[in-house]
Amino acid sequence: MRGWFLPLAVAFGFIFLYAPIVSLVVFSFNESRLVTVWGGFSTRWYGELIRDRQILGSAWISLQVAFWSANLAVIVGTLGAFVLTRFGKFTGRLLLTGMITAPLVMPEVITGLSLLLLFVSMELTLGWPAGRGLTTIVIAHTTFCAAFVAVIAQTRLRQMDESLEEAARDLGAGPVRVFFDITLPVITPALVAGWLLAFTLSLDDLVIASFVSGPGASTLPMVIFSKVRLGVSPDVNALATIIIGFVLVAVIIAGWLMRRTARRM
Amino acid sequence: MNALTRSAPWRGTAWAFGKLGLSGRSLVIAIPMLWLGVFFLAPFFVLGRISLAEAIIARPPFTPLFDRAPDGTLEIIASFENFRFLLEDALYRNAYLSSIRIALVSTVFALLIGYPIAYYIARAPEPKRSILLLMVILPFWTSFLLRGYAWMGFLRTNGVINNTLMSLGIIDAPLRMMHTDVAVYIGIVYTYLPFMILPLYANLTKLDGALLEAASDLGASPTVTFLTVPLPLSLPGIVAGSMLVFIPAIGEYVIPALLGGPDTLMIGRVLWDEFFSSRDWPVASAVAIVMLFLVVAPIMWLQSVQNRRGMD
Amino acid sequence: MDASAIAADTRPWRDPDAQPFISVRGVTKKFGDFTAVSDVDLDIYKGELFCLLGESGCGKSTLLRMLAGFEQPTEGSIRIDGEDMAHVPPDRRPTNMMFQSYALFPHMTVEKNVAYGLLREGLKKSEACAKAAEMLRMVKLEKLARRKPDQLSGGQRQRVALARALVKRPKLLLLDEPLGALDKKLREETQFELIKIQETLGVTFIVVTHDQDEAMTLATRIGVMKDGMIEQVGEPREIYETPDSRFVADFIGTINLFEGRVDAAAPDMMRIRTEALGDVLVSPQSGLTQGQQVWAALRPERFWLTREKPENTRNAWHGHVEEMGYIGHMSQYRIRLDSGVLVRASQSNRLRDEDPISWDEKAWVSVNPAAFRVLTR
Repeated sequence: MRGWFLPLAVAFGFIFLYAPIVSLVVFSFNESRLVTVWGGFSTRWYGELIRDRQILGSAWISLQVAFWSANLAVIVGTLGAFVLTRFGKFTGRLLLTGMITAPLVMPEVITGLSLLLLFVSMELTLGWPAGRGLTTIVIAHTTFCAAFVAVIAQTRLRQMDESLEEAARDLGAGPVRVFFDITLPVITPALVAGWLLAFTLSLDDLVIASFVSGPGASTLPMVIFSKVRLGVSPDVNALATIIIGFVLVAVIIAGWLMRRTARRM
Repeated sequence: MNALTRSAPWRGTAWAFGKLGLSGRSLVIAIPMLWLGVFFLAPFFVLGRISLAEAIIARPPFTPLFDRAPDGTLEIIASFENFRFLLEDALYRNAYLSSIRIALVSTVFALLIGYPIAYYIARAPEPKRSILLLMVILPFWTSFLLRGYAWMGFLRTNGVINNTLMSLGIIDAPLRMMHTDVAVYIGIVYTYLPFMILPLYANLTKLDGALLEAASDLGASPTVTFLTVPLPLSLPGIVAGSMLVFIPAIGEYVIPALLGGPDTLMIGRVLWDEFFSSRDWPVASAVAIVMLFLVVAPIMWLQSVQNRRGMD
Repeated sequence: MDASAIAADTRPWRDPDAQPFISVRGVTKKFGDFTAVSDVDLDIYKGELFCLLGESGCGKSTLLRMLAGFEQPTEGSIRIDGEDMAHVPPDRRPTNMMFQSYALFPHMTVEKNVAYGLLREGLKKSEACAKAAEMLRMVKLEKLARRKPDQLSGGQRQRVALARALVKRPKLLLLDEPLGALDKKLREETQFELIKIQETLGVTFIVVTHDQDEAMTLATRIGVMKDGMIEQVGEPREIYETPDSRFVADFIGTINLFEGRVDAAAPDMMRIRTEALGDVLVSPQSGLTQGQQVWAALRPERFWLTREKPENTRNAWHGHVEEMGYIGHMSQYRIRLDSGVLVRASQSNRLRDEDPISWDEKAWVSVNPAAFRVLTR
């Protein structure tokens, strides 16, 4: 693997990863409606995007869903991880382990379909949730995002020196106090990472949301999907560029924050 | 009730729960347990139930599983009709087989592209290593759907690739790349490449550089060194990465829907169409159940391999 | 300054009527099939600095964790100051612990770490801060109160951990390898500091350590543990001079062991027939019967090393020096006796211009009968 082969293969790999994204960004500034034929520089598709009520509305719905899903997923996932790493043996331990890891590998179509069928059955028998929309999407996203949060939280909890918690117990704090005084602050960076991941996953999800959403609650991916199914359209390029820009800025800020904390250590 | 603290409000609450026979501990267990039990486990029972029902034109569009017989007793109306239908209709069988084929081919390509990158990053010096790693993860944070969309612009008849090749005079007529299986392979490899690279990278960074030096010191050529030292040692990483690509690829819907042709059969797509177009919920449920086994089987296998490894 | 000298005036363990402050009775701890602590009985008295000494995995830390309340005994009982600890959680025990990893809360300043326990007692913030500051003065860290643990050196962290554990004035302080993470020089300084603090505050200390020198320096008494059981409890001098078993004799310091049988016992002398040394004369020890299998144990420094055959003793053997190591204050010898047995001897180097016996020389080793310790196990 020495010599020319490895660098060449790596270069090819990175071109493969970035070329489509770069072309996406470049053509978002294209004057022409034909996405892949250059017709001069223009920002007209950004203008059209801002005037597109449907896209703006669905983006707002997506952000709300992602915000609440990430919050709930952090609660459910952290508690699950905490219980599995700190509570020793209890009945249902194996079941919980399975339920918390299975969503990681479950095909989205299955998760989406089965949850929809659950919601329909619950509505028939319990009368709740009445219809489908924001609530049902949040529930569905929380469930699969909690698995990702749990994995991150579990890793951190296992690395954490358990004698920190014991020391707090020893100094007179009860279990609840120890959790809020010691455990939570120590694992906070991992939870922030988990929250961001959950937020991104929720924002990104098309399949599950398509199953469990109802009329009037179309998320951004659902709207984009219905647009791009019909073919490429330049305003989607503009939207993609904005999203990529956000991600880049977020990554730069996160990197800067991480470097700053690392220096302080 | 020593599970809660001494402070007064907690003690009051603790006392109340204690009266109910609940400890703080079981309450904490109950929250994730209930959430996942209701919203993850229970749906599979509903799925199983509806896969045994028949489709009707109503709301909801399936027959109830239980019914009151005329004498008032509860009757179970289960039919394995849907599963028989799946077995008999070649469409479903082909869809399952072609899903496995597409997932397998994509996994192999992801491995071929991902391995050199992971290897290179793992052996790179520190500032370069972090930057390259970040560059691998970065696309993952952008929208999955938009990454598929980016390839549409690339592969179209008058897309970037065809335009470039034609203007360079390499080809005369545009190549047909969109709406083919190849496009689906590209889409899957592209989407899941980070999942292949990261476990491989994690495995390869643990590789001691002295091992490579020892091998070449003992007279192995670079190629032989690679084949005899890092490759066998990174097998766990290869297995983990391949699983992370293969498993989600089997159930993939978006990529075949965007990039595949009408003849690109994938089981996720069949399920979607069964549900959204045909509105046959029971058959969709049956498809999902068969698919579940298709996905669970390799995971069980992986788990048992890992357990055996852990015991050694 | 010697630890046992401090407590020399009051040695409650020598008084049969004294009430133990901590009493461990028949305590066993099992983790699945593994027995970590097996049927331990132990009495510890107020004001002691008791060391639990043993190799890693001998159960000393598990015993300490049971005293702190982090583990529940599978069998047996623990009483602290007369109170049964069976159902008392760690946060309500009159004990505090100093952890091996120090377990300083990384997100709190030194000051907040130290004040944490006081705040949990319900003290007002200002009071807690005042007490914490006082404690930090005692461990000479008052200037670093606003730092975070990751901005401290190893020695400073160790002192914060000590201050945090002591600030609540526990009846009992448990220390898990308190000096384990420090380098040698710092460890020696800190040992004496620890003794001074213990003396000033009068708190009972139980220290877990694997370092015999540390245990000998610190302890009023040492409990040597092996495989979950306590092998011997005694003052450092007792443990060294009159070990109860080959394990203890070998674990603390170096020892020569000669297997043999009791041959003849007179009121003032006892003869042991060994294979290695032939007949050995030792001071009589009670409880031995003729023909019993015993081990004559001897510390290397108890050998006399001479060029000429010593007079007036039958405990003398001829050999030649195979190896010699000059350490400075003493020299260590490995001497091959004519019988083929290798013995270890050491001589202190009192005079500068001595002409010491050296490598490859012939020499005689001799022993005073009272220097032997006869072991039965």
